Amino acid sequence: MSFEGIKRKAKSQWEEMQNSPNPRILIGTATCGMAAGAEDILHAIEKEIAKHGIKADIIQVGCIGLCYAEPLIEVVKHGKPSVFYGNLTPEIISEIVKDWLAGDNPRPDLALGTRGEGTLEGIPKLFELPVLKPQVRIALRNCGNIDPTNIYHYIANGGYEGFIKALKMKPQEVIDEVKKSGLRGRGGAGFPTGLKWQFCRDAPGTLKYIVCNADEGDPGAFMDRAVMEGDPHSVLEGMLIGAYAIGASEGYVYIRAEYPLAIKRLRVALKQMEECGLLGDNILGSGFDFHIKIKEGAGAFVCGEETALMASIEGNRGMPRARPPFPAQSGLWGKPTNINNVETWANVSAILQKGAGWYASYGTEKSRGTKTFSLVGKVVRTGLIEVPMGISLREIIYGIGGGILGGKGYKAVQTGGPSGGCLPASLLDSPVDFESLAAAGSIMGSGGMVVMDENTCMVDVARYFLNFTQSESCGKCVMCRLGTKQMLDILEDIVNGRGRKGDIELLLEIGDAIKNGSLCALGGTAPNPVLTTIRYFRDEYEAHINEKRCPALTCRPLISYYINSEKCQGCGICARACPSEAIKGGKRMVHVIDQGKCIKCGTCLDVCPAKFSAVEVSSGKPIVTPAEPVPVGGKA
Amino acid sequence: MKAVQAAEGVPRATQEPDKTLDSRMNEILASFKGEKSEIIPILQQVQQKFGYLPEQAMQRIAEFVHVPASTVFGVGTFYAQFKLVPTGRNVIKICRGTGCYVRGAPRILNELENQLGIKDGGTTPDMEYTLETVACFGSCALAPVMVVNDKVHGRMTPDKAKKVIGKKSEEPQSSDR
Repeated sequence: MSFEGIKRKAKSQWEEMQNSPNPRILIGTATCGMAAGAEDILHAIEKEIAKHGIKADIIQVGCIGLCYAEPLIEVVKHGKPSVFYGNLTPEIISEIVKDWLAGDNPRPDLALGTRGEGTLEGIPKLFELPVLKPQVRIALRNCGNIDPTNIYHYIANGGYEGFIKALKMKPQEVIDEVKKSGLRGRGGAGFPTGLKWQFCRDAPGTLKYIVCNADEGDPGAFMDRAVMEGDPHSVLEGMLIGAYAIGASEGYVYIRAEYPLAIKRLRVALKQMEECGLLGDNILGSGFDFHIKIKEGAGAFVCGEETALMASIEGNRGMPRARPPFPAQSGLWGKPTNINNVETWANVSAILQKGAGWYASYGTEKSRGTKTFSLVGKVVRTGLIEVPMGISLREIIYGIGGGILGGKGYKAVQTGGPSGGCLPASLLDSPVDFESLAAAGSIMGSGGMVVMDENTCMVDVARYFLNFTQSESCGKCVMCRLGTKQMLDILEDIVNGRGRKGDIELLLEIGDAIKNGSLCALGGTAPNPVLTTIRYFRDEYEAHINEKRCPALTCRPLISYYINSEKCQGCGICARACPSEAIKGGKRMVHVIDQGKCIKCGTCLDVCPAKFSAVEVSSGKPIVTPAEPVPVGGKA
Repeated sequence: MKAVQAAEGVPRATQEPDKTLDSRMNEILASFKGEKSEIIPILQQVQQKFGYLPEQAMQRIAEFVHVPASTVFGVGTFYAQFKLVPTGRNVIKICRGTGCYVRGAPRILNELENQLGIKDGGTTPDMEYTLETVACFGSCALAPVMVVNDKVHGRMTPDKAKKVIGKKSEEPQSSDR
């Protein structure tokens, strides 16, 4: 079948669905939806619509990004704007089905927002809400809107038209179009994509490879997973375009094994591409051949580095090698190879579909387009977002994210994962683009954005990242292998109250040496979390070292739990919950924690009724409590 | 946690007699060509079917793809997914990603370590549970996250984690190994 024929079929299938008199329920069943309990919701919907005798189409879609509200559904009734409902339970489903599907009440009290033409009284428009209004969805254009296991849904929404357009152009024109869009690699380093393609196209050789880097290893980042689960064809179409432009005939998707659903979705998508003649030999009769294989990673952070990734595809230990030669000259099995990450590929298909000028109209002069972020940590609205480059951190954290959880104070935002840094409140108004983040000592990275509040200890966070990079170092370069170990030991000492004068200077010195003495970006950026926390939160390091005090009250060896004798009402809940029997007391007696027995698990703090709030934490100062339980209201 | 009675028959994770291992290896290798680039996919299948990488299996793979056994062993020890000792029938993975870390993952791990009486990476003596930490599952918006076998549980608290494990021990075995 020609592409025109496929497109007609896709359009008619899509329109038939849109015009169906039956109500349609879209449910987010990406990994995050599932983790929040989407499966139970799916069963509840099936049960409830059967109970009311309603014939409805249930479509499983990817993540729309409002993860804080998962599980989430969108209910479409013919002729009405669709309604989103979040934080669902089977009980809420029962009410929605009864009142809105079987009845005429859209239940504004349960609804998040509407989409589409028209309004419903009492329900705001979803995309006008602060969480979505600043967002521009390019890489995530179809996530949450289409069935990711149905290629026709993708095609009906403009899918593969970018590739068709590319086929009508000369390969060099395609590269020029990508150059003109200003697209820079979304994997972290921000290298201009068009230029990277040019190097590979210009490299001599007939056999060339294309690789999609889906080894999203940054802890705290899940944008690529969401794209692959919610819209796999956008990535694969990008690869097709890249392969045509560069002259590659073989492609690999290197994906981490921790993403089983994404792997499943990609396999389904590849099969459908073959069935539609969009993959294989002589694609759509154009004479262009391209094949894609999926390679599952086996759990190694360093394999996100391109030379390590290629070593892993070849069946070796994933260890980076020196560059040059760059992969564009000598990559997989010594052949010219072009590697881009998932989000970059998803952008490529959009650029060819809608044009370089359209894409370049978003973002800043040097950082064009949009960037996806996973906004997580101590923020009210966690989720997956896509924003134009140049937006400020404040707009993201306070506008889209809704501020800090529990009304606490902001301390830092961590960008770029273990290669990035922690940015303090003074930088909240700086724009998010490649240059500004680098100037602040962090990096754009792949898009993890972890918000930290006043209760997060920055020294402990630095230790956390060093622990990660130290265990993920492949061991090839001495500075990375041993230097990170030394830095980690020093940080362990500091958080355990054994910090010494001169530790900060030593950390800075070793950090500098690791940056200079490592082959790949893992070592080259590993000290960043430590260096930026020293740069912006030096006082916290000094408090740990000089006063043996943890200002955030989190480093266990430096804190003590105690019971405020003026607040304790002697209810005994803490004493019963204490796993180490460290709390003495009795009925109507002020309870006392035996500091020698206390394991500092924090259980007493959790269980003490909020109306008393008698359990308190302190660090760096002596605790004044009675040595033995005394009657409530008596003198301490 | 009380020891849970093992399922009837031979516990799946014990060392198999050579013959069984050989025939099971033949089954796995039948779908491969014997190229070096297949080492990782083969090891993944072995890990999945056996729950770990038996020494004889790695030697068999080395012969199959024509590399020294040390190469296969080198790959097997490089990647976090591969285990050299048998894992329990239920594998509990606690995410130690940044999103989970700042939202209390260490406390979930502590709770389960206390409940099961094993440390991170350990397996209960009855081979029922293995406790692991994993870099990141990519469900950070629902942090902290734990995965029991293949089911992802989000928004965990120490108490909820305890309940998930409690429920698990009452369910029939569902692992495909």
